[in-house]
Amino acid sequence: MLSIKNIHASVEGKQILNGINLEVKAGEVHAIMGPNGSGKSTLASILAGREDYEVTEGSVFFEGNDMLELSPEDRAREGLFLAFQYPVEIPGVSTTNFIKTALNEKRKYNGQEPLDAVSFLKMMKQKMQLVEIDKSLLTRSINEGFSGGEKKRNEIFQMAMLEPKLAILDETDSGLDIDALRIVANGVNKLRNENRAIIVITHYQRLLDYLQPDFVHVLVNGRIVRSGTKELALELEEKGYDFLKDELSLAEAL
Amino acid sequence: MKEEIDVLEQTVASDYKYGFVTDIDTDVVPKGLSAEVIRIISTKKNEPEWMLNWRLKAYHHWLTMEEPEWANVHYPPINFQDIIYYAAPKKKNKLNNLDEVDPELLKTFDKLGISLNEQKRLTGVAVDVVMDSVSVATSFKKQLSEIGVIFCSMSEAIQDHPDLVKKYLGSVVPMTDNYFAALNAAVFTDGSFCFIPKGVRCPMELSTYFRINTEGAGQFERTLIVAEDEAYVSYLEGCTAPMRDENQLHAAVVELVAHTKSEIKYSTVQNWYPGDENGKGGVYNFVTKRGICQGDHSKISWTQVETGSAITWKYPSVILKGDNSIGEFYSVALTNNKQQADTGTKMLHIGKNTRSRIVSKGISAGRSQNSYRGLVRAGKNALNARNYSQCDSLLLGDKCGAHTFPYIESKNKTAVIEHEATTSKIGEDQLFYCRQRGIDAETAVALIVTGFAKEVMNQLPMEFAVEAQKLLAISLEGSVG
Repeated sequence: MLSIKNIHASVEGKQILNGINLEVKAGEVHAIMGPNGSGKSTLASILAGREDYEVTEGSVFFEGNDMLELSPEDRAREGLFLAFQYPVEIPGVSTTNFIKTALNEKRKYNGQEPLDAVSFLKMMKQKMQLVEIDKSLLTRSINEGFSGGEKKRNEIFQMAMLEPKLAILDETDSGLDIDALRIVANGVNKLRNENRAIIVITHYQRLLDYLQPDFVHVLVNGRIVRSGTKELALELEEKGYDFLKDELSLAEAL
Repeated sequence: MKEEIDVLEQTVASDYKYGFVTDIDTDVVPKGLSAEVIRIISTKKNEPEWMLNWRLKAYHHWLTMEEPEWANVHYPPINFQDIIYYAAPKKKNKLNNLDEVDPELLKTFDKLGISLNEQKRLTGVAVDVVMDSVSVATSFKKQLSEIGVIFCSMSEAIQDHPDLVKKYLGSVVPMTDNYFAALNAAVFTDGSFCFIPKGVRCPMELSTYFRINTEGAGQFERTLIVAEDEAYVSYLEGCTAPMRDENQLHAAVVELVAHTKSEIKYSTVQNWYPGDENGKGGVYNFVTKRGICQGDHSKISWTQVETGSAITWKYPSVILKGDNSIGEFYSVALTNNKQQADTGTKMLHIGKNTRSRIVSKGISAGRSQNSYRGLVRAGKNALNARNYSQCDSLLLGDKCGAHTFPYIESKNKTAVIEHEATTSKIGEDQLFYCRQRGIDAETAVALIVTGFAKEVMNQLPMEFAVEAQKLLAISLEGSVG
């Protein structure tokens, strides 16, 4: 589904990613871990098409399309979803209206008629239960005055509504207390299926306890230095990133 | 960042959809202003002596006045001798009903989305249509008159209801009030007159549609709305003009009088031709709008959506004279390209327990300059006067400007006046968030702007809200892409 080959990227002239390779197949959940500043969020931004980042080398193919050629909105319409680390407030635009606009733009792109109000509401109701989101949140301006937990839950709700092929969760666990974390993780789990791939970017093991990823990759200095199964995450939790860094500097010294 | 700005600039470059000219036989008084021209206008309109004298008095006063320069707008001096003061579509005789309106005129208004055919119209809106200097049609007149509501053109009112006109004309905006109000008093040609008698709730929206057609013509209309005790009326005003290279002057006066326990709701969707992207052409919109809450517990509410005009200079105001009276001002002013707007309100608290609320939303795009200017004054007898003002500005791109000039004068200690102001930019983050959800930049800007203006848009009557929302989106079309 997603094929990342030798991606190098910089922001404002500063090199952040130094050759990332990653293959993600439908139905898989990949976790990308790494210390602060290792390039995790940069990778998410590049995949979503944020313009401040410059890809200097490498390629990204998504369902056979050269993704780097697509505008951010077309990537989204093709089925890429990014759950933001810091969801943005848009005053005066209700969550419902926002999602409806997004959904219908996507449908239009795919040659479908816009969803009528009744079907839309029905769909909302169904998905609301999935992520345990409160109805009152949906009539409020999107993300405005939402708590950290509400914002993240709203991201997962949007994911549920937009039904992406590939979802990238960028530090969705940050700033969540244990109850909120559980609710968000349960929501994500319910959205897992054989046709959908998920990339979870996180700093900590705790979200992975709930999500049980198929693969774990460790990113250090803009490169994947180690890939493994969920046991790798446990090892990291135990030893910290330093042991990898030590290994890495040793390797580089050789 | 760079790309985002480009995107905004493209959205801003949109076409004006109402720029066509109607080819119709027009009766024109040659350019220029003099006592003679005023006499000609008055004669053409078959006006009584008192009306002519009123005009001449205003004219002589105007001659002694100087054009104001305090507004935050810049334009070359206006040559008042180079303006046509009277231009009217020719008609054969007095119209008895709408079927007799020139088909060319009907077509014009159909094109503008204003159907004059009563059967075809949305129910619940009566329209008076003013083209250049005269009112060409008024709908639902008969139905309204059955409940005592007078809704007609100002010219007709002068003929048919001289006592009411004499009593109220100039009572809120005196002919000497300001430069453009004096000019209007001298040369005004038509406008709408509404009178809602005691205890009547006007069952439909009253609406006037203004259209400038003739080249070189100024439009000087005068609207007067009077609500007697316990009456209610909601009035709408819309306007457009053809695209022309030269600037056209629009200097209108609107007066509202609200008696005890009455309410007047006045909504405007102003879409005069704004000029092209280089600032060539466009209407100078220099308007004086003022209402007086004459009686206790009366209420006047102004709502305006301003997207047109090269220059807007307008401050719909409320004189809160009656005790417990309420004044409201809700405004969305959108400027694009090289448009300049200096708009706001005056809330003059005179009576006790008077309350006013100001919500102003300025949206600037392109190279435009958008200023809010507002005065809140609590007089020494305005015990417990309350005002709340909120002025928000939204900037699109980095070449436009937003300015806020609040003036607050309080002469008594019991008055409470609050002013809040914010300025924000459509952020790169907001745009990216929308785009990541599959919403392209242009739709995203429209979504964000509509959200920003929502509090004001909610004040508009339903039929107008939809139109106004579209107008906002159209006015920004091409600023993103």
